[in-house]
Amino acid sequence: MHATWIARAREAGARLVVFPELSLTGYYLKDLAADVACPADDKSLAPLAEASVAIDISAGFVERSADAKLHIAQGYWSKGKLVHVHRKVYLPTYGIFDDGRYFGPGDRFETFESVGGSAGVAICEDLWHVSTPYLYAAAGATLVLAPSASPGRGVAEGGDLGTAESCRLMDRFYAQYLTVYVVYVNRVGHEDGIAFWGGSEIVAPDGTVVARAPEFDEHLLVGEIDTDLVARERARNPLLRDERDDIVLRNVAGRLGLPLERRD
Amino acid sequence: MTSSCATSRVASGYRSNVVTDVLSRTGVIRPDPKDSSPLRIDEALVRKMLVLFIRDETLKARLKRAVIGVSGGVDSAVSVALASHALGPENVLGLFTPYRHSSEESRRHARQVAEQFGFTLEEVPITAQVDAYFRSAPIDESDPKIRIRMGNKMARERKSIEYDRSWPDGLVIGTSNKTELLLGYGTQFGDMACAINPVGDLYKTQLRELALHLGIPDEIVRKPPTAELWVGQTDEDELGFTYADADLILYHMVDRRLRPSELIGAGFDAALVTKIREMVRKSHYKRVMPLIAKVSLRTVGHDFLYPRDWEAD
Repeated sequence: MHATWIARAREAGARLVVFPELSLTGYYLKDLAADVACPADDKSLAPLAEASVAIDISAGFVERSADAKLHIAQGYWSKGKLVHVHRKVYLPTYGIFDDGRYFGPGDRFETFESVGGSAGVAICEDLWHVSTPYLYAAAGATLVLAPSASPGRGVAEGGDLGTAESCRLMDRFYAQYLTVYVVYVNRVGHEDGIAFWGGSEIVAPDGTVVARAPEFDEHLLVGEIDTDLVARERARNPLLRDERDDIVLRNVAGRLGLPLERRD
Repeated sequence: MTSSCATSRVASGYRSNVVTDVLSRTGVIRPDPKDSSPLRIDEALVRKMLVLFIRDETLKARLKRAVIGVSGGVDSAVSVALASHALGPENVLGLFTPYRHSSEESRRHARQVAEQFGFTLEEVPITAQVDAYFRSAPIDESDPKIRIRMGNKMARERKSIEYDRSWPDGLVIGTSNKTELLLGYGTQFGDMACAINPVGDLYKTQLRELALHLGIPDEIVRKPPTAELWVGQTDEDELGFTYADADLILYHMVDRRLRPSELIGAGFDAALVTKIREMVRKSHYKRVMPLIAKVSLRTVGHDFLYPRDWEAD
């Protein structure tokens, strides 16, 4: 399935194709997680590396670490190689989620060079934590890739799906106030009666929606990342330039009781 | 979300007191049962979700047909309409399974729905087998205990026929709504049994709203709900409260997680809140898989956990 969509993305002229969370395996795996897990350099992932000679690829899989922990992982393949793996940090275990039962958490948010500029990956629940896109933006990312498996829930009280509204709010807010591109990529289809609602979107640093996919239907969403726009928006709206990491750090460190030298 | 659903919402006229989205979305508690606005759904969106649900889950199981008990009531009308849209009416079998005191009106409504959505409707009477079973004991239908036993037997008889007719390439589609499931107002392994249930997360009030959107005739949507387990039975008489009242309480209690004391404090009838809360609690066994004594290293249903869609690729 990935090969088909990679080919279609290439035909559409894209230089990067992003697939949803756990795109290669499915999301609600439960005990299947151990059966489908593989090391990040496993030969079963080699076709993605090969395909990445022509187009950069971000796709999801269950990673078995060297010490045999299972992680929800998103790999980034470029020029024939796996260049980055993000392990989902925040594993939800509430509502209909039980990630923490089956997976171990990642412990870092690292940026890497993507074809669309310095990027960070926030897998589904990662994005719901404000600190995730903040840390990426603070580290210089101009692009947040957000592969998701978001269930569409909350149909009462009229309006759109509760989850869809929340996600769009997040995408727009993070994009505009961190002056980054947010590429939100959500699954469609059903697993055990849970409907993934799709609605993938690319939101620009000025808060505009560059492109948005329909809800519930499989779709190749193509949009442009304009790195100049990042510069223009950051000139107009220099929130990140003025951000005080040191104060954030001292506040957090103080609360955790970690010794930090005062600089003032 | 779209203008078409807004139109149908107004056209339905079912809502007595529509307030603005902004107000209702604040989650304000409304003890007035006539104001069911918090329960309002986007019918077009829900319809799309449920049609895709039936299609995805049926095809994933490598099956293609649906079998549904069509009683002439609104719940089964909605289920069968959704299934017809999802799988094509040629892949849907509706079964009207009357007992001797089932009404002519029910038969007419079942046929009306079949004609409207184009699926095949078969009539399979259950009088002979139910009566044969109870012949061993005196049948006194005025005795509430016998009536309940007979009602349960009828519900299970019907379901056994649906399962029989689903073999080898069909799924039994459920028709129990969220109100019934929460109240436990159904027969375990009877009407509650199914392979997949498209309407189990919709309260009765929401289901009526969806029914009107699907074009199910007004007469079917508005008639008093009944299981027809005995002559003259209606759900609301037997329950002692209306679905409109129950749904509003259940929505705030379950979906919004308000405690009974908070509901009572907000003006809901204390006796009704307590009664509904107790019905939910006492019927919970009906909503879970049978308990298995855990003696091994790994127990089915406990720590042997695979998705139901396991067999899918």
